[in-house]
Amino acid sequence: MASVTTAPPAPSARREGSTASRSVNDLAIRVGTVNGSGSQSSNLVLLRALNHMGIPCSGKNIFPSNIEGLPTWFHLRASARGYVAHRQDVSILVCMNEQTAADDIRRVAPGAVVIYRDDFKEDVSGLRDDVRMIAVPFQKLVEEAYPNDGTKSYRETLRKVINMVYVGVVAYVTGIELEAVEHGIRREFPGRKAKAGEVNIRAAQAGFGWAAEHLGSEPFACRVERMDATLGQILVDGNRASALGAVFGGASVMTWYPITPSSSLAEAAEEYFKRTRENGDGRKTFAVVQAEDELAAIGMAVGAGWAGARAITATSGPGISLMTEFVGLAYFAEIPVTIIDVQRMGPSTGLPTRTSQGDILKLHLLGHGDCRHPVLIPGSVKECFELTGEAIDLAQRFQTPVFVATDLDLGMNLWLSEPFPYPTRPLQRGKVLDAVDLQRRGGFGRYRDVDGDGVCYRTLPGTEHPAAAYFTRGTGHNESSGYSERPEDWRRNLDRLTRKLETARAELPRPVIAIEPGAKVGLIAYGSTDPAAIEARDLLRAAGVPVSYCRIRALPAADSVAEFVSKCDRVYVIEQNRDGQLCMLLRATLEGSLDDRLFSITHYNGIPIAAGDIVGPVLDWERNFQEHHIPSAQPSPPDPRGNGEGPVVSTE
Amino acid sequence: MSRAEATVPVHAGDRTFELPLLAFQGSPSTLCKGCGHNSITSALIDACKSLGINPYSTVKLSGIGCSSKTPAYFLNYSHGFNALHGRMPSVATGAALANARLTVVGISGDGDTANIGLGQFKHACRRNLPMVYLVEDNGCYGLTKGQFSATADLGAPLRRASGERNTTAPLDLCLEAIAAGASFVARSFAGDRKQLGTLLRAALAHRGMAFLDIISPCVTFNDFPESHKGWDWAKAHEEPLQELGFVPHFEPIEVEQVEGEATRVRMHDGSWITLRALSHAEHDVTDRASALRLLLESREADEFVTGLLYLDSDRPDFVTEQDLVDRPLALLDDESLRPSREAFEAILAEL
Ligand SMILES: Cc1ncc(C[n+]2csc(CCOP(=O)(O)OP(=O)(O)O)c2C)c(N)n1
Ligand code: SF4
Ligand SMILES: [Mg+2]
Repeated sequence: MASVTTAPPAPSARREGSTASRSVNDLAIRVGTVNGSGSQSSNLVLLRALNHMGIPCSGKNIFPSNIEGLPTWFHLRASARGYVAHRQDVSILVCMNEQTAADDIRRVAPGAVVIYRDDFKEDVSGLRDDVRMIAVPFQKLVEEAYPNDGTKSYRETLRKVINMVYVGVVAYVTGIELEAVEHGIRREFPGRKAKAGEVNIRAAQAGFGWAAEHLGSEPFACRVERMDATLGQILVDGNRASALGAVFGGASVMTWYPITPSSSLAEAAEEYFKRTRENGDGRKTFAVVQAEDELAAIGMAVGAGWAGARAITATSGPGISLMTEFVGLAYFAEIPVTIIDVQRMGPSTGLPTRTSQGDILKLHLLGHGDCRHPVLIPGSVKECFELTGEAIDLAQRFQTPVFVATDLDLGMNLWLSEPFPYPTRPLQRGKVLDAVDLQRRGGFGRYRDVDGDGVCYRTLPGTEHPAAAYFTRGTGHNESSGYSERPEDWRRNLDRLTRKLETARAELPRPVIAIEPGAKVGLIAYGSTDPAAIEARDLLRAAGVPVSYCRIRALPAADSVAEFVSKCDRVYVIEQNRDGQLCMLLRATLEGSLDDRLFSITHYNGIPIAAGDIVGPVLDWERNFQEHHIPSAQPSPPDPRGNGEGPVVSTE
Repeated sequence: MSRAEATVPVHAGDRTFELPLLAFQGSPSTLCKGCGHNSITSALIDACKSLGINPYSTVKLSGIGCSSKTPAYFLNYSHGFNALHGRMPSVATGAALANARLTVVGISGDGDTANIGLGQFKHACRRNLPMVYLVEDNGCYGLTKGQFSATADLGAPLRRASGERNTTAPLDLCLEAIAAGASFVARSFAGDRKQLGTLLRAALAHRGMAFLDIISPCVTFNDFPESHKGWDWAKAHEEPLQELGFVPHFEPIEVEQVEGEATRVRMHDGSWITLRALSHAEHDVTDRASALRLLLESREADEFVTGLLYLDSDRPDFVTEQDLVDRPLALLDDESLRPSREAFEAILAEL
């Protein structure tokens, strides 16, 4: 494969607007706490409050691989324009963890507001003179709001409730309405937790009241105001969405082995299965098995798929490694199975709680010998839902492993989304022959390409017909699944598998293409990079570099991707992995000498990619091209659709 | 009646029908002549025929090895799956869940089970997966040319010019199976067709993990006089625990009671096993501790004890425990697989 040209280092000065300037509904907050201290509820309350006020918002947990005691951050963003990507340059920093406070304060942009505990051992007030430092007596406030009630767990509860005090302070400083905060708290503490909810409401009020009293009418730069952009939206993480996709996509056997960040997917699926897939007397139309390891998880899924179940398993990178051999077998033996990879960083101990798109190439080629698999790549929680169901259907139709590649950012963070549509298409079963079909046809050859599309017919164990049984094996086989070492049999079979993949390719989710009139430059991105790419397009347009955008939603890539590239002088392929894996694949596979138009921009520090991580390198490259007058690969043909009326969006 | 026309009565639930003999046979074996695995294949075909098991609803699964090739040599009318080395149990688990009506027969080797597949094997036992699990145990890797497996005798010489001795003590797979929770555990010998046949029939009637460790000589790599996995040594030293009988549930119970000596154990499906002690009369097959003790002691004494070691017909099996609907998951219609729009809306409303 061609080597990858990497982008020059991103510029250190951020090109996004200074946060010190006044803004409405353009807010980024970073909260530093200690993990296990119960701050998650507080952060979700802020998110729910913003959502309640109708302002598009998103939240990201930057957490350690630990149960209690290590630093953790929550990033929250509100944006009138609907930007939900990660943003590093925050306008408000909340420091609840002394361990990281000084470092966090040093990194914050000039003009930011820093809210911190007044009882830190070290005095941090003098660290910066270009930010607004607000020391808050959190301990005192929480003890007043929630006096000792004599319960054994009082200290423990207090330690959690203190986080709700900063919610109140942040609300005051930014203009989040107290009513919206209270609404958020009630959502976070429903039913039996309502009493705890009231305690938390008092804590939030205490923070808000303290701020009102001590900060008075100080004009803060970043404010929020009610909008109506989130009406009817749901707030959900990608894992839960995928879980729903599996349950409503008709999965019948789910196997898994716990691994962050995929565990919550299987756990949510089990919860929904139990709620919705038990008949009147409690008998199940599903089986969920927590296997002894990923070898067994995939083995069970393969066995189930072979015997006719709609089988699915979920894991992350290290689990994918263990599943490799079975995936290779399922590819050759042609067994339907769906595998969700919620990608994370590195090997088993790597950065299990940090996001990555580092498995993408491996998923596509997983196995041994010649293997290629369909990989569906959701770019939103809605697509996590839709493409999981789609993957199960595709696996049945093409009798092969189908991957869904999400990642930790998509999977474990909460995202606002329009409600998912109830799936109405009948479940796809693929080419399965029953006893009646066999009788009519007078038999079948398991690996015979009757229809010329590379997809053969199969029978399920239990079919009562003398011609039903066949022998499944990973070894060389002929069209009737008999053992064969004949070179022509092996080759013919491989060629048919290629044909099958080509048939499948035409049926995979199409890329989403937005042509910018007059643009000579294109962006290609996929998965959770989408929000940052969308934001980057706007910033690039403002910087005088209009770009078209193609978001790939499946591998192998559709023909329209090559067509997209052919219309651009340069295309930046943006990925959250070090080596530009998709860029390599596109260079090697796109038809029509397009490889020298592709430039790789990569982001791989484990933190979700931000628009700035794209804009910086693109502008650097573009400046480079201008300065050195590097001729474009080929003049772009005039775009027939370029009528100057904004981007043309299509899902070809 | 000529052989080709011969038919076998099949008992499928309440139905009985005839299938040609061919339904129970398989492709010709490609294993070495005299290989113990071939004897086991014949015994298995006989057991399936005499019980009249339904080949249509039987699946035969295996790992990788000479032993794991054998599913191609029996039950033509059953779906077969030659899976991965050491991973047959997980495939069996998935198949059993997808279609709980299937009779699952798994064939493995000592390398396949005691080496690479020990984990999956023990977890399948622990789950009491409803299947017949046969290890065709030759104390070596046949297919990769005779290397030691984890059941190779301590001190056994490697069948190679260099002839190194095995310095690692073997695992006893029956001991492992019982410790892990299998509910039917037996040891037999490819050369003891009568006992093996009875145990296979009982195993097929058992609901739960029916594990059989069958000594199955590899004539090419491990059949020298001192080899505990060789024909001669095994024949000379086999010490059957019991004289075994099996009465399937569909036959009238005329259990032949040998005065005061025989015990009989009723199986889940109404079949009976009868046992008349031949050695170690103190052993109680329904007592796990007794079985473990027997295995440990016979190992110390270098005895080759065969027969039924342990049986628990009451322990619930993994698939039953799942509480699945009657219709196999593999055959469910859209309505059963996709919950209603109302259920969907209710979940979205919580988000
Ligand atoms: C993952 C993997 N590693 C190694 C092998 C090579 N291999 C094939 S069969 C075998 C050993 C089989 O021994 P056993 O299960 O005892 O079967 P036997 O041939 O003795 O009947 C090995 C190591 C393989 N097929 N797959
Ligand atoms: S090598 Fe050994 S185990 Fe394999 S077929 Fe020959 S005799 Fe049997
Ligand atoms: Mg062996």
